[in-house]
Amino acid sequence: MKILVGVKRVIDYNVQVRVRSDNSDVDLSNTKMAMNPFCEIAVEEAIRLKEKGIATEIIAISIGPKGAQEQLRTALALGVDRAIHVQSEEQVDSLDVARVMASIVEEEKPGLVILGKQAIDSDNNQTGQMLAALTGMGQGTFASELEVGDEQVTVIREVDGGHQTLSLRLPAVITTDLRLNEPRHARLPDIMKAKKKPIDARALEDMGIERTPYLTLERVETPAQRQGGVKVGSVGELVDKLKNEAKVIS
Amino acid sequence: MSILIVADHHENKLAEATAHVVNAAQQIGADIDILVAGEQVEAVAEAAASLDGVRTVLKADHAVYAHQLAEPMAELINTLVADYTHLLAGSSTTGKNILPRVAALRGVPQVSDIIAVESAETFKRPIYAGGAVATVSNNAPLKVVTVRASAFDAVEASGKADIKPLETAVDNALSAFVSEERAANQGPELGSARVVISGGRGLGSGENFKLLDGVAETLGAAIGASRAAVDAGYVSNDMQVGQTGKVVAPELYIAVGISGAIQHLAGMKDSRVIVAINNDEDAPIFKVADYGLVGDLFEVLPEFERQLTA
Repeated sequence: MKILVGVKRVIDYNVQVRVRSDNSDVDLSNTKMAMNPFCEIAVEEAIRLKEKGIATEIIAISIGPKGAQEQLRTALALGVDRAIHVQSEEQVDSLDVARVMASIVEEEKPGLVILGKQAIDSDNNQTGQMLAALTGMGQGTFASELEVGDEQVTVIREVDGGHQTLSLRLPAVITTDLRLNEPRHARLPDIMKAKKKPIDARALEDMGIERTPYLTLERVETPAQRQGGVKVGSVGELVDKLKNEAKVIS
Repeated sequence: MSILIVADHHENKLAEATAHVVNAAQQIGADIDILVAGEQVEAVAEAAASLDGVRTVLKADHAVYAHQLAEPMAELINTLVADYTHLLAGSSTTGKNILPRVAALRGVPQVSDIIAVESAETFKRPIYAGGAVATVSNNAPLKVVTVRASAFDAVEASGKADIKPLETAVDNALSAFVSEERAANQGPELGSARVVISGGRGLGSGENFKLLDGVAETLGAAIGASRAAVDAGYVSNDMQVGQTGKVVAPELYIAVGISGAIQHLAGMKDSRVIVAINNDEDAPIFKVADYGLVGDLFEVLPEFERQLTA
């Protein structure tokens, strides 16, 4: 079974984002970038399925700026077999990303698509669900455990009240939650070898995708910063403040 | 302008978030309908019909909608939305699962997790774990929007809207429900509790989370956790507060043994009053706490409980 995984280049999760002074967007110049943590989990899961003999080939796809090839190289070093980079220097909305992926699904016919449940930059949590709709596949979002069979996949999902187990007909789209696995790090020899693995680079304009015209980013602001308060010296003082100053308990 | 809200419900009970989503809808415009789809959802439909400002409740009662699986839900909603300008749901795991699927079927984008309504087509939403707030306008014929419930007050439940049964049944060969494991949490719902007390890695074990129970019970608080505590297996995932877990904004948030990574702050920094209890005086959580207490939580918690009940 072929597995398609999504890889997004995003701000490193340890870095606090800056807003541009003209409030037009965030400022990512000279910012440390990395693979979206949920995509790392997707890549790891695909590799584990290959190690178990379930997956035969893993293809990673990234839609984004030229720099996204760095993250694709990381994916290749981790064990992905080949990569597709659809280049766009502009922001691409989730629906358009899903449309590009749907055309790659059409081309590659994977048995399973594994994506991160959300990217930590836009925090949208949409692409997997949209891709599933566009390709007519079932969806197992927020997955914390997968069991892949011949014709179906059993997915344990993290939902608000606990866990839900679903059975989906293959091919299907899975989106990863945090507890699905703990991603490994790439080893140096594999990083060297990954330089020789193929990246199929294409331009978004050449994909024949109808772009969604509807969304406009009007403004980006830094949220009101919360002011730190006071340190209290004892539990007694804390209880007193909560009762008499904040009046939040009686 | 007409708005369809997809109700979230579990175990024959309407999720509290729905009343908050109706408030967001009222800020957009009038003619608000609620879709209640599921199996044997009479009580849920009645609860939805009682929410102020609702015109009609559409009730789709059929086994195919049991557990609100995304595939049949999206098919159903797709048959209904042609007459609406807006489709809303809370940003619960149910809303997040279903709405993008509908958006893609309609060929329109989704604006996720809004925290403010600027106009019928312009919304504010946090990005980068709340490190920035984006104002986004959406001129699609159908505006698909998920709503952060904690950012909107609940509407009252003194109304009596009509309930209109729908006969639509769709096929679903793509997905099947197997089982569900509901966390056996006592006490109020995390997303709507007036007080939340959360534990982090500082608790050291799942057993030690019980130290939070006494304070929680005294204050009527829901219990939450940091990602570190969930990853360490101390507590279940449904208790996670943060960027990718639940977002809460209670009157009082008490963080115990939580260092305060930005991903955690994203889930609680809009609380009215924040208390931090941590033995590391440099922990980032103190930068957002109104009241910080540097100390050993194993000594502080029992004393806190004792003084609250005194």
